[in-house]
Amino acid sequence: MTKAKEEIVALRDVSRYFGGITALSGVDFTCHSASVHGILGENGAGKSTLIKILSGVLKPSAGEVLVEGRPVTYSSTAEAVRDGIVCVFQELSLIPDLSVADNIYIDTPPKRFGLIDRRAQRKQAAELLARLNASEVHPDTLIRDLSLSRRQIVEIAKALAKSPKLLILDEATSALTGKDVDTVYALLSDLRADGVASIFISHRMHEVDALCDRLSVFRNGQHIETFDKGERSDAEIVRLMIGREISAQYPPKPKRQPAPPALEVKNLRWENSLKGVNLKVEAGEIHGLGGLDGQGHKELLLAVFGALKGVEGEIKLHDKPFRPTSPAACKKAGLALIPEDRKTEGLMLNLSIRDNLLLPNYAAVSRGPIIDSRRADEAVRDGVTRLQIKAGDTANPVETLSGGNQQKVVIAKWMMLDPDIVLLNDPTRGIDVGTKQEIFRLMRDLASAGKTILFYSTDYAELIGCCDRVSILYDGGVVAVREGDALTEDAIVAASLNLHERGAA
Amino acid sequence: MIAKPLRHNRGFAAALILFLVLFVVYHILHPRGFSTAVFIQNANETVAIAFVAMAQTIPVLVGGLDLSVGSVMTLTACLASYLVVGTPAQMIFGMFLTLLAGTTFGVMNGLIVVFGRIQPIIATLATGAIAMGLALLLRPTPGGDIDADLNWALTNSVFDFAETFGLADDGNAAWLQPFANIPVPLIILLVVAFGVWAPFKRTVTGRTLYAIGSAESAAKLSGLPVRRAKIAAFGLAGFFASCGGLYLAIQTSSGNADITQAGAYTLNSIAAVVLGGTSLLGGIGGAIGSLVGTGILRVISFYFRILSVDPLIQPLIEGLVLLAAVSLGALRTLRIKNKLEHFR
Repeated sequence: MTKAKEEIVALRDVSRYFGGITALSGVDFTCHSASVHGILGENGAGKSTLIKILSGVLKPSAGEVLVEGRPVTYSSTAEAVRDGIVCVFQELSLIPDLSVADNIYIDTPPKRFGLIDRRAQRKQAAELLARLNASEVHPDTLIRDLSLSRRQIVEIAKALAKSPKLLILDEATSALTGKDVDTVYALLSDLRADGVASIFISHRMHEVDALCDRLSVFRNGQHIETFDKGERSDAEIVRLMIGREISAQYPPKPKRQPAPPALEVKNLRWENSLKGVNLKVEAGEIHGLGGLDGQGHKELLLAVFGALKGVEGEIKLHDKPFRPTSPAACKKAGLALIPEDRKTEGLMLNLSIRDNLLLPNYAAVSRGPIIDSRRADEAVRDGVTRLQIKAGDTANPVETLSGGNQQKVVIAKWMMLDPDIVLLNDPTRGIDVGTKQEIFRLMRDLASAGKTILFYSTDYAELIGCCDRVSILYDGGVVAVREGDALTEDAIVAASLNLHERGAA
Repeated sequence: MIAKPLRHNRGFAAALILFLVLFVVYHILHPRGFSTAVFIQNANETVAIAFVAMAQTIPVLVGGLDLSVGSVMTLTACLASYLVVGTPAQMIFGMFLTLLAGTTFGVMNGLIVVFGRIQPIIATLATGAIAMGLALLLRPTPGGDIDADLNWALTNSVFDFAETFGLADDGNAAWLQPFANIPVPLIILLVVAFGVWAPFKRTVTGRTLYAIGSAESAAKLSGLPVRRAKIAAFGLAGFFASCGGLYLAIQTSSGNADITQAGAYTLNSIAAVVLGGTSLLGGIGGAIGSLVGTGILRVISFYFRILSVDPLIQPLIEGLVLLAAVSLGALRTLRIKNKLEHFR
């Protein structure tokens, strides 16, 4: 820490709002040359917003961004790149139908006589890939023919090609294999020796430990603390990351009675996302799925609901083997999935509330091929009262409702089928506290009536407040199951970071 | 040049093989097969639609459809029937103006799509009708008087071209003989295709076209000139369509605002684009593929002549062949693992 270091970027009192939601509030943050700066925080702590502001994707709502001492306002990533700030995005920025070399030099290709010099481009791309120990990736291969981990390497090569002063890696290692991670480590050390600054965001605590000189912890959109590596123990860092009060009220949990398993998943595998998931959910139980984003939760729910092709492994419903061949077949077997994105997967926004509610239920309210409007009315009325949907007229389009009420429509339409097993994919995202409470109460009522609930939430407090048991996923597998007194935020965070086997926290 | 598309685009490879097989068999069955006269006839009947198909390819690559290409061809043909007259220098200037007009019309399409934020298919449906309206104003009845020598020279073999203009010892020069029997229309087509499209593909703007069609948000995140590329796409479509119009005017020595013909050319251009291995979703394919696709469409209709197929069932057969060919492209969806992605 004795070397003279310059400030590459600095944020001064930066805030960012999305509608009424505060993603960052009053953040001061500095990053120096020749350093690797780690950023830690839970889901929704503001890490992604921070780097989006740094790399020119978003503009701050308030405050100032300084690059090498100059105030800047970027309106595109291209402007940030011109100042040497290059970001490796978590959601990939590669063009699937173009070749590796085309992608690496997408906006600044080597030219000859004003035209792209493909030979030089191929050669330079090959050199870059060799530097990343990925010579097996041919520069002429199309991106869509590459595996996720190879794409991530190409993404890093693309960033390197821009000779960055500040390289931002947002979860850049989550898709990489062990060998590649080592390469990235070595690369970051090389860059540091050349005076380049790196910002490194990872959910893997040991990576951050191994790599970073300085760490910053974010929580609820605020910068909590920045310190040098080694100043804080893992346990202290975890506490800094959590440190918030539980904001929602949860219905009381009844004492659990042993019950036969309703849904059993054995060694479920799919592509790169599920790597042998084992799960046993009992009838009458609310079973939580915890862990950091992108560890396979969504894929698990989609696999059980028959939306994925080529799933390997075993699924049992009430001790009978079950093959989820399609969502329609799963619906018939008594499963329901409340999807993640209500606006695209859950609702037809411009159709009426009534039509949305009836959509999966037409068979139940029809006589032969004809819809019986009296029975349909009754069903709609039932659904509205049961979930207390606040709607003036059920003939209004569903988009006129508030987010919370829209979500209730999604849930109500599936409840009308009286499903036996309900899969919920982050149903409380972006809805108000009052509606959340109603949804939790409904879940508990269903469980008490003997239904089975599998509940994925990105909010740990909800999992703790609501669930009888919680399975924590990490890298496509269940790494821990917690219940009763062992179900604490510390325990979930520690397991999410896969720290548990080292006895931390 | 050819090897890479062949490896990366099975649709293009399949189209090329299909075309070659159909073409060779046609000439074997034809009583005067493999003769210069038949080659010239084939080429002449292919040029205009081939240009229109190349025009269609470019908006399709960015994920749109251009329903105005046929009308722009007709409009520029009518325009050329007035402009391509007089002294040789005047005729050349007239050709230039015709191509400029078509390109301008295309750029206008692009501006409407980009700044009006209107779906390409509906924007060009409207501007296509406008182009047709202008064409009818120009040529309420077919007419025009394009130079007969020009017509003869451009619709025959290289030998005839040289003879008409007194070049290379009236076409008898020894060095010309290897090329003497090549149809001039084929040369025009290939020169424009490889002289304009191939270099364009190797610019950042050209590459951006593919990026937009493949993943528009990734293109933006990568800092590519998305707007400029879209405008260029429609401008280039206008250019190719006016090449078709210009050739049609010279070939027929006149301009004719034929609504039915314009519509048929537009629809056939879409068929040719798909047959040539370009994805209607954008991002995959190219104008060279569309040349091959046009070749397939045209050869199928040539068969009807030599096999004396009842004209009444020709549309039926054309439809079936087209359906069979494009179904090959749908095999790709079998590789999708997340069923929800079918709808994305």
